[in-house]
Amino acid sequence: MAVRNIIGVVPQDLALYEELTARENLIFWGQMYNLSGKSLNRRVDEVLEQIGLTDKAKNRVKTYSGGMKRRVNIGVGLLHKPRLLFMDEPTVGIDPQSRRAILDTVKDLNKQGMTLLYTTHYMEEAQELSNRVGIIDHGEMIALGTQKELTQQVGQAETLILHVGENDDSEALANALKGIAGVQQAEAVDHEVSIVCAEAEDVLAAVVTKANERGIKIRSIDIREPNLEAVFLHLTGRALRD
Amino acid sequence: MLKTLLIGIKDLRLAFRDRAALILMLAAPFVLTLGLGLVTGRFSGNANSGLSNIPVVIVNLDKQQLGNALADVFNSAELADLMEPTASSDPEAARRLIDEDKAAAAVIIPAGFTQSIMPQQSGFTSNAMPEAVKIEVYANPSRPTSAGVIKAIVDEFISRVEEGRVSGMTAIMQLMFSGRITQDQAEAAGTAMSKRLQTSAPESTLAITMKSSTASGEAIKFDALAFIAPGMALMFLMYTVSYGGRSILAERTQGTLPRLLVSPTSSMQILGGKIFGIFLTGAAQMLILIGASSLFFQLKWGDPLGVVVLVLAAVFGATGWGMIITAIARTPGQVANVGMSIIFPCLASRPCLLTNASKGLCAAS
Repeated sequence: MAVRNIIGVVPQDLALYEELTARENLIFWGQMYNLSGKSLNRRVDEVLEQIGLTDKAKNRVKTYSGGMKRRVNIGVGLLHKPRLLFMDEPTVGIDPQSRRAILDTVKDLNKQGMTLLYTTHYMEEAQELSNRVGIIDHGEMIALGTQKELTQQVGQAETLILHVGENDDSEALANALKGIAGVQQAEAVDHEVSIVCAEAEDVLAAVVTKANERGIKIRSIDIREPNLEAVFLHLTGRALRD
Repeated sequence: MLKTLLIGIKDLRLAFRDRAALILMLAAPFVLTLGLGLVTGRFSGNANSGLSNIPVVIVNLDKQQLGNALADVFNSAELADLMEPTASSDPEAARRLIDEDKAAAAVIIPAGFTQSIMPQQSGFTSNAMPEAVKIEVYANPSRPTSAGVIKAIVDEFISRVEEGRVSGMTAIMQLMFSGRITQDQAEAAGTAMSKRLQTSAPESTLAITMKSSTASGEAIKFDALAFIAPGMALMFLMYTVSYGGRSILAERTQGTLPRLLVSPTSSMQILGGKIFGIFLTGAAQMLILIGASSLFFQLKWGDPLGVVVLVLAAVFGATGWGMIITAIARTPGQVANVGMSIIFPCLASRPCLLTNASKGLCAAS
C-alpha cells in the first residue's frame, strides 16, 4: 500500500467512467488515493487547470474528444502527486494539438521533479522526452542508456546530404568526396549526394570546397544525426512484427 | 469502509445516468404496471377493484351437497361484487358461451361428484376407493386473469373438502388399524363424518372470499394493481442486480478495475463497494417504484417501516443472485444472457413465482 501511494499510473487504454464528468472522475479517483475535503477539491482544480479542461470540467467524459479523454486519463494519474509516474503510450490515436499538450505536460512534470517512466512506440517522443532510454524487444531489455550512449553503442554515424543542381554531375562529385579525410562513404542518387561520416561538422568545409572547385552549385545541405529510430531498427531488425 | 461506500455511491450514480438501464429499471416496470392496471380496469373509474363481475357459468350436474355447496360459493354474498354467475344444465352450451367469449370460464360439476368425495360405508370394509370425479374448469384463454381467479376459487373449495375428508378418514383408519375401534364403530364414525362434511362444507367454503380487512376492521377491497406492482418491481429488480453484477466485469474490460487495484485500495474494499453498489441501486429502484406507485396509482403498500425493511431484505437476497450470475459469467454481455436465461424460464414454468412473491410482499407489508 505504501508503494501504491507514491506511484501513479496512466494506462494506455482509457480507464475512466464515461458517464461521469471530468470533475466527478477526478474526485472519485482522488478519494481512492485517500484525498478528501478541501485538499481534494483544490487538487482537482489544479489538475483540471494543468490538463486544460477547467472550462469543460462539468461535461460528461463521453462527450469529450479522444485527446480530451487522454488528458483526463493523465490527470487521474497526477492527482496524488506521485513521485513516480508510469505512462503507457499516452499519445496513441490523438490529434497533434493534444499530443503536443501531453508532451509539454510530461516535460513540465519532469522539471517539477517527478520521475516518469514513459512507454512509447514513437521514437521522436522518446528522443524529445527522455534522459535515459530502454529498448525492449520480445519482452527483454536489449539496450539501456542515454541517447548518446545508445547511438554510440551501435556505431551510428552522421549523414551529410548535398542537394545539387539538375545539370551538375553528382556522380563525379561523390567520387571526389571519397578522398576527403573523415568521409566513410559517399554516393550519388539523382541530384543528391550522401556522405556518411563520424562528425558532419568536421568534413563540411572540405565538402563545400570540393564542390566549388568542380563548379557544382550546392542548393541545400541536410545533416542527419543518428536517431533512436535508427538505433531501434538496428537493434531489433527491420522485419515486421506480429 | 469509506472507500467501500464511495465505490457503492459511484455505482449508484452511474446506474442512474445510464438511460438504457433507467428504462429497464424504472420506466419498464412502471409502464407495465400502468398497462396491466388499465387492462384490469384499475383506472376505469372503479376505484374499488380492478376485477369485478367476472362472468362465470356454473353447470351443476351433481345436484348433491358438495356440488350445491360449490355453486353456492359462486352465488354467495361475499363474492357478489367479484362474480357474476350464470347457472346452466348443459355442459356443451356452457363451453359454447366460453368459446364465444361471453364468460371467463365454465365450472362443470359432474354427476356423482359428491359420491366420489364422501366416504361410503363400503369404503371402510373394502380397500376399493370410489373413482374420483373431476370438476372441469373450462377457461377462456382471452381472459386469463379472470379465469385464474375462478380456478383459484374452485381449487380452494376442493382443497378444503379434501382436507376434511382426508383428515377424517386418516383418523378413523388409524384408530381401526390400531384396534381402538372396531370395524362397525369405524363405519359408524365414517357415516357421521360424511354427514358432518356434508353439513359443514358450505360453511367452510365461505372462507373463500376476495375481501379482507385491516386490524381496525376497515374493509380492504381487492386491488389488482396491488397484486401486479410488487411482482413487476421484483422482476425488474432481478434485472437491476444483473446490471450491477455486469458492472463488475465491465470495470475489468474498461480498465477501471486494474486502475483501482493499483490505487491504495484493497481488493476487499473494491469488491465490497461493488456489492454495496448493487444493493444500493436495487434498493433505490424498489423505493422509487413503491413511491411512484403510491403517488400516481394511490397504491397502499402498508406500513412504511415494514415496507422498507422488507425491500432491504428482498434486495439483499437479489444482490446474492446478481453475484452468483456474475461469478458464472465471463463477460458483461454474458451476465445479461445468463441472468435472463435463468429468470425467464423460471417465470415461464412457474408463473406463480411472481404472484407468490407479490403475495409475500403484500402480506408482509
